[in-house]
Amino acid sequence: MTVVLNAPFNVDVPVPPFRPGPVGTHITIRGLTKYFAGWPLYENFDLDIPKHKITSVFGPNGCGKSTLINMIAGLVPIDSGEILFDGKTLKDTKIGYVFQNYREALFPWMRTIDNIAYPLKLEGKSKAEVDRRMAELVASFDVKFDLNRYPYELSGGQQQTASIMRALAPNPEVLFLDEPFSALDFEMTLFIREKLQEVFMQTGTTMLLVSHDLEEAVYLADEVLLLTKRPTRVAEILPYTDTRPRTIETLTEPSFIHAKKRSLEVFQREVRR
Amino acid sequence: MAATPISTALPGAAAQPWTPAVSDAVAVAPRQPSWDKVLPFIGPVVLFIVWDLAVRLGFVKAILLPPPIDALSALITGLAGGPLLHDFGMTVWRTVQAFLFAAIVGMPLGVLLGSSEKAYRSVEFLIDFFRSTPSSALIPLFLMIFGVSEINKVAIAAFGALLIVVFNSAYGVINARKQRVMAAKVMGASRWRVFKDVLIWESLQPSFVGLRSAVSMALVIVIVAEMFIGADSGLGNRIINSQQVMNVRDMYASILAAGALGYALNVLFLMLEKRIVHWSGR
Repeated sequence: MTVVLNAPFNVDVPVPPFRPGPVGTHITIRGLTKYFAGWPLYENFDLDIPKHKITSVFGPNGCGKSTLINMIAGLVPIDSGEILFDGKTLKDTKIGYVFQNYREALFPWMRTIDNIAYPLKLEGKSKAEVDRRMAELVASFDVKFDLNRYPYELSGGQQQTASIMRALAPNPEVLFLDEPFSALDFEMTLFIREKLQEVFMQTGTTMLLVSHDLEEAVYLADEVLLLTKRPTRVAEILPYTDTRPRTIETLTEPSFIHAKKRSLEVFQREVRR
Repeated sequence: MAATPISTALPGAAAQPWTPAVSDAVAVAPRQPSWDKVLPFIGPVVLFIVWDLAVRLGFVKAILLPPPIDALSALITGLAGGPLLHDFGMTVWRTVQAFLFAAIVGMPLGVLLGSSEKAYRSVEFLIDFFRSTPSSALIPLFLMIFGVSEINKVAIAAFGALLIVVFNSAYGVINARKQRVMAAKVMGASRWRVFKDVLIWESLQPSFVGLRSAVSMALVIVIVAEMFIGADSGLGNRIINSQQVMNVRDMYASILAAGALGYALNVLFLMLEKRIVHWSGR
């Protein structure tokens, strides 16, 4: 005679259907939520990042530019939401990551060449495969310094070049760059910017670049992703379509100046809001 | 009135100060580096002279302090095949045993504890407590466990040294650069690979600091143990024996030998650290 009163019943919580991004989307972010110290940094954040393009992330201080790419790269855990790479999870996706602080990104106990080969060794590649890939990388980067030295024996620019080579060694689908030029002097910034452009033209690797320098962000970008203050949303996505290779002359083209001006306007609007 | 000072000043000022000024500038500049090489010897030489004068002028009784030449010659003849050499060797051997035990057990233990922060936090108090306890205070305890034996002297030194090594290695892992760990993770390294390829290497430099302090600690405790735990050999034993028969020459020679040993061990470990942890400080 036992009757369960108030028996639990299932409520059909409607699961929002997955909305794929437009054609040519590489990374889809849906319902991303991240709290920092009890405050929302990202709440129900949606974003599509295009394939075979460079997307520059730009926004006000503290809006979580680096946090965004770190969440996508799996370095910072997310509270909820879904991030897919061509429909796959991060686990099934090969990525490369370039840190701002190259000094603490490379392993000083390994020679530079072994640092670059490290991700290949993690994949269990044979020595012949590793050697072939290294020769390829050295040729495409036109390396002029001795890779048998230890990282701390190289200049800052050389170390960052090595970091980028390491990130690209396993032919990643996506390359993340977190303010890769911020710790470099102007000469090296120009040099590495050109290298990145060359690599992109050769491989078409999807790149996600966080930058605090608007000129640099626009110069390299196919799309400039402008973020708002926190809780962070997409303020605007501005396309910049000038053909590559872009050069010093590009910096004075009307189309470049226009793209930079538009970005600055959106940025200032968001900062003042 | 106005002409006299000028006329006297001119020949002196024009002819003389010029030539020495030039020759000084030329001569002083290259002499600078050779002076730098001499600097480290000034302290010991001054000490030697003060010591010698203190004995010679009778500030200190010769029965308490022998002239430095006597102490040094006792040291040299003693180490050149004399009985001091045997005691020196015994102290080195005990220190090496204690140190090796501390290093071989302590480094892996510290790295393991450090890689699991929960494990380290649960034993942190014990390590910190016994690390802060003067090991010599535990000599009676060790006497009860090991008796008056050879093992006892090594055991207590090893115990003191072990805690230092464990503590430093564990903190080396705990304080590993987060970004290097992240770099390895983002390249797809498993937990084991992160441990093997990053954490162990990151802990090497603090571990070496630990090893260097540990070898000093081992030497201190070995000497104390040799003094008070019925030893019949070793520098500590020799120092206390010569003190009791007022053989001050031999006592000072033994003290100097112990000092030289401690200094040499420190320099040896600094050199090893520079070789092995070649990236340290860069």
